[in-house]
Amino acid sequence: MATVRIPPVLRPQTGGEPEVQAEGADVGEVLRSLTAAHPGTEEQLFGDDGDLNRYVNVYLNDEDVRVLDGLATKVSEGDTVVILPAMAGGS
Amino acid sequence: MATGAQTKQVVEEIEPFEAAQEIEGGDVVLIDTREPHEFQESRIEGGKLVPPGLLADEIAAAAPDKSARTILYCRSGNRSYKAAEQMEAMGYTDVASMAGGILLWQEQGLPVVATDGMTPEQRDRYSRHTLLPEVGVEGQLKMLDAKVLLLGAGGLGAPTALYLAAAGIGTIGLVDDDVVDASNLQRQVIHNTERIGTPKTTSARLTIEALNPDVQVVEHQLRLNAENILELIEPYDVIVDGADNFPTRYLLNDASVRLRKPVVSASILSFDGQISTFVPYEGPCYRCLYPTPPPAELAPSCSANGVLGVMAGTMGTLQANEVLKLVIGIGEPLVGRLLLYEALGTRFTELKVRRDPECPICGENAEEIPESDMGQFPDYDAFCSG
Repeated sequence: MATVRIPPVLRPQTGGEPEVQAEGADVGEVLRSLTAAHPGTEEQLFGDDGDLNRYVNVYLNDEDVRVLDGLATKVSEGDTVVILPAMAGGS
Repeated sequence: MATGAQTKQVVEEIEPFEAAQEIEGGDVVLIDTREPHEFQESRIEGGKLVPPGLLADEIAAAAPDKSARTILYCRSGNRSYKAAEQMEAMGYTDVASMAGGILLWQEQGLPVVATDGMTPEQRDRYSRHTLLPEVGVEGQLKMLDAKVLLLGAGGLGAPTALYLAAAGIGTIGLVDDDVVDASNLQRQVIHNTERIGTPKTTSARLTIEALNPDVQVVEHQLRLNAENILELIEPYDVIVDGADNFPTRYLLNDASVRLRKPVVSASILSFDGQISTFVPYEGPCYRCLYPTPPPAELAPSCSANGVLGVMAGTMGTLQANEVLKLVIGIGEPLVGRLLLYEALGTRFTELKVRRDPECPICGENAEEIPESDMGQFPDYDAFCSG
């Protein structure tokens, strides 16, 4: 079981929860568990081709999965998956 | 041997001109028995600082030879006399206190080392900075010499500007084309109720001028675009990005990489904040972190969204901290690191950010883009006006 950190823009789709628990052996499976439990997150995370949207950064613990094995990056018990879209608010 | 407590020793006192002759002749250990901030203002050349409260611990390092000729001085001669008594009690055999201290020394026209280019008012104002060994007078002078540009005089810009101004950043540029609105005041602490309707750059300038007359504020009451950005940021040493929209953030990134200007970038939304420091070619740039902006429905800056007011303060003061470190050249800036802050859980998370070899702006094969392309995404038309 991994902990998934939900960014503010996705929280309406997780009932306001900033963190959810999700099962999966790799990052892709964990995110698929998330979209299964909270279908509203699906189109914001994944494109029609099934790949992660380019504007969504995903980290396993503190490392960007783009420099690991992408969605195939193995997830261990207790790991944290951070979903991070760009934020521009400053005013 | 009698101790100092039993036999009142009479300390040898010498006049400043005698001390000067001895110092010039060499073979003298000169000890300054004042406090660090006094020592920093001005001192006699060659003087080693041993504050009175630290004498027992530090004198052995400053004056290892107890039989060597040792001259002590302070401001007016009292503290050095007492210190000389104390040293004699410790076994020093050839100690003299300079009568009248550095005050009389200076009155008699003898030279001091002025350790800085600061006025007496500045020494007083910035004494809590100069007392820090990591900052010192040198660091403070760097701040007084620095030019920092803030994009946005709003939520993030307000606390950042206040702390940079208080710190004595010599020139603060403010870019904002908005006026103060009542709904800003819950977080934009540089403005106030009387300034509603006033341009934000003007309101911020008035507050900064009242806080610190050392700071020169440059108002840029405009919106950044590809035509004006290079000229605007060129004179500045560090840029602070508190922009409220993606086009400005990408535009600033592209221009700052071109001119190799470091950017301290933060953003806030509801209870969440992010901050990183982008130093071109030393670490990743904004496009390495976020290759493309999110679509409008996931870019909440495009519409009115809530933010806990203090979030601006938390992230804005972290920005100020990054700027001061870059200016002084100390510590570890957030280069290659993205710091997330979540206020409801009071939780900080640090993520690694790496340079993207494929980055179109700072990557290995990146070519200089025409100015008209800066900040642009050919396939992206969802940019809102912010």
